[in-house]
Amino acid sequence: MLYNEPSPLEVRVLSRRFGLPNSASIDTYLATDGYKALRKALEMKPEEIIEEVKTSNLRGRGGAGFSTGMKWSFVPRTSPKPKYIVVNADESEPVTCKDRVLIENDPHQLIEGMLIAALAADAHAGYIYIRGEYRYLIDILDTAIAEAYQHGYLGKNILGTSFSFDAYTHTGAGAYECGEESALLESLEGKRGIPRIRPPFPAVVGAFQCPTVLNNVETYCAAPAIIRDGGAAFAALGVPKAGGTKLTCLTGHVNKPGVYELPLGFSVDKMINEVGGGIRGGKKLKAFIPGGSSCPVLTAAECEGLTMDYDAMAKRKTMLGSGGVVIMDEDTCMVKVALRIMRFYAHESCGWCIPCREGTSWLRKTLVRFHDGMGQRDDIGLIGDLAKNMLGRTFCPLGDAAALPTISIVEKWAAEFEAHLNGRPCPYENVSQLVMA
Amino acid sequence: MTFSPELEAKFDKLLKSYPPGRQRAAMVPMLLFAQDEVGSVTRELVDEVAKRVGVQALQVDEVITYYSMLHRKPLGKHHVQICTNISCLLTGGEELWKHACAKLGIGHKEVTPDGRISLEEVECIGACSWAPALQVNYDFHHQVTPEKLDQLLDRLRKLT
Ligand SMILES: Cc1cc2nc3c(=O)[nH]c(=O)nc-3n(C[C@H](O)[C@H](O)[C@H](O)COP(=O)(O)O)c2cc1C
Ligand code: FES
Repeated sequence: MLYNEPSPLEVRVLSRRFGLPNSASIDTYLATDGYKALRKALEMKPEEIIEEVKTSNLRGRGGAGFSTGMKWSFVPRTSPKPKYIVVNADESEPVTCKDRVLIENDPHQLIEGMLIAALAADAHAGYIYIRGEYRYLIDILDTAIAEAYQHGYLGKNILGTSFSFDAYTHTGAGAYECGEESALLESLEGKRGIPRIRPPFPAVVGAFQCPTVLNNVETYCAAPAIIRDGGAAFAALGVPKAGGTKLTCLTGHVNKPGVYELPLGFSVDKMINEVGGGIRGGKKLKAFIPGGSSCPVLTAAECEGLTMDYDAMAKRKTMLGSGGVVIMDEDTCMVKVALRIMRFYAHESCGWCIPCREGTSWLRKTLVRFHDGMGQRDDIGLIGDLAKNMLGRTFCPLGDAAALPTISIVEKWAAEFEAHLNGRPCPYENVSQLVMA
Repeated sequence: MTFSPELEAKFDKLLKSYPPGRQRAAMVPMLLFAQDEVGSVTRELVDEVAKRVGVQALQVDEVITYYSMLHRKPLGKHHVQICTNISCLLTGGEELWKHACAKLGIGHKEVTPDGRISLEEVECIGACSWAPALQVNYDFHHQVTPEKLDQLLDRLRKLT
């Protein structure tokens, strides 16, 4: 099912089957080039598959943007240990709702992507780790997996070859940290989702202590198109160092929020005003989050001339992240935004390492007090200092994810913090109440 | 402990899904699926799952406290989970939350006296582009307005 109208400006590669009748069924999949890439990959050498993925310039869609071809090449294919494919469908980064639509509308594309990765890594089993809240997706995937077994795309001797592969779904039970790859692997093994020390990376020591390819749902979903139409064709859709398209979750104060598939390098202005139909109520843009709540927040001025790609975002000291875009209008209280973001990280910190556990909870307390009008001038510096002391000092990147947006907000919108001083109530509170009335 | 045949089938499948000797991996899915049937993670359920995956009950207890969806006490029949994370916050999620609390007279993780409805303020549930959003048990409700929430709660109060 589609929850928003598609935009004519989209380039629909991964979402090409969205909206077709029974788009999740294997019949629809097969009628629209489904499992063609698998047939092709079965005739290719693993090195050739990896080469094709490198050519595509596909970068991980889970947040970090690491080259997928490189990642696949790190798996020691000749190791005597079994190798595993793990799909990160934890999708818990706030503002991210794209893996959900990918699985709901086209589960076979994900299964085919896993099979291609399995051929590249010599893996024979794969797990799809799905956040617990997405229960209906487990049913959709289990149905698709059963169909794929019936049609000979999963199981023993796939399509009459010597290649065998089994796919399983695995549910999480509510924990953002389990989206972090090493915590996910602990969780998959039936433990608390505490991150592992790295190196070794999952490519070498991953699921059940064996070599593992671990990617985001959208990353695997790109593989069939890459193998089917060639890596070069995929690369050409994007910008020089980042190929293809990105499912972008447009949210916040826009007229037409929704999940849209846009080529990498798409103009931010066009995304807000044409794809998103402009800002609600004709208001002005105040702040912009490009890829989930862990990214540094940009001002309207910083968005000028900006494009949606990894390098362009890095130049503005932020990240493309998971593709979760937040548009905030001129009436948004940035102290409140900082506070809500920190409440999330304080709640989700797994408690394993002290800088993250203590840092996030102190920041939450300080921000709550500040927003309630009980802040002191010194708090403004303290918020920045606390966040900076967490940066780079935590066991896994959750600490950075909490620190980065906070530092950017307190530095760029210091004036709003000033305006909350001296027991004054939040200057925006009435405005937002008016909006809701 | 006895479960429905459907749940037993799920357990069988889960226990065969992981490499030999790694059956502990089935623990969290088993607990969550069983909780949906039993209503909460009871002492008895912990012991049963521990036995089936081959670990000490304490090792199951230790895992349960980590996962926010696993709970020891029963929730309402209809568990209403309202997201107030950033995309929902900007589109009225917090007002929905306050509205639901006022209307039902209960707060975070509380249950109405008749046991019908429970409330929880949740983090992002992956419906940000169709915010504000909530879930009733596992069902999503998108672009919720205070009026839609009223209708929903009235319906849930009457539903058996
Ligand atoms: C705290 C935290 C949460 C994360 N959550 C997710 C997630 O929900 N989904 C996801 O795909 N990646 C998530 N990641 C990134 C993963 O660690 C990992 O980089 C990614 O799944 C790799 O896949 P990719 O190369 O295809 O992007 C998270 C990282 C951190 C630090
Ligand atoms: S922020 Fe509410 S669903 Fe994502």
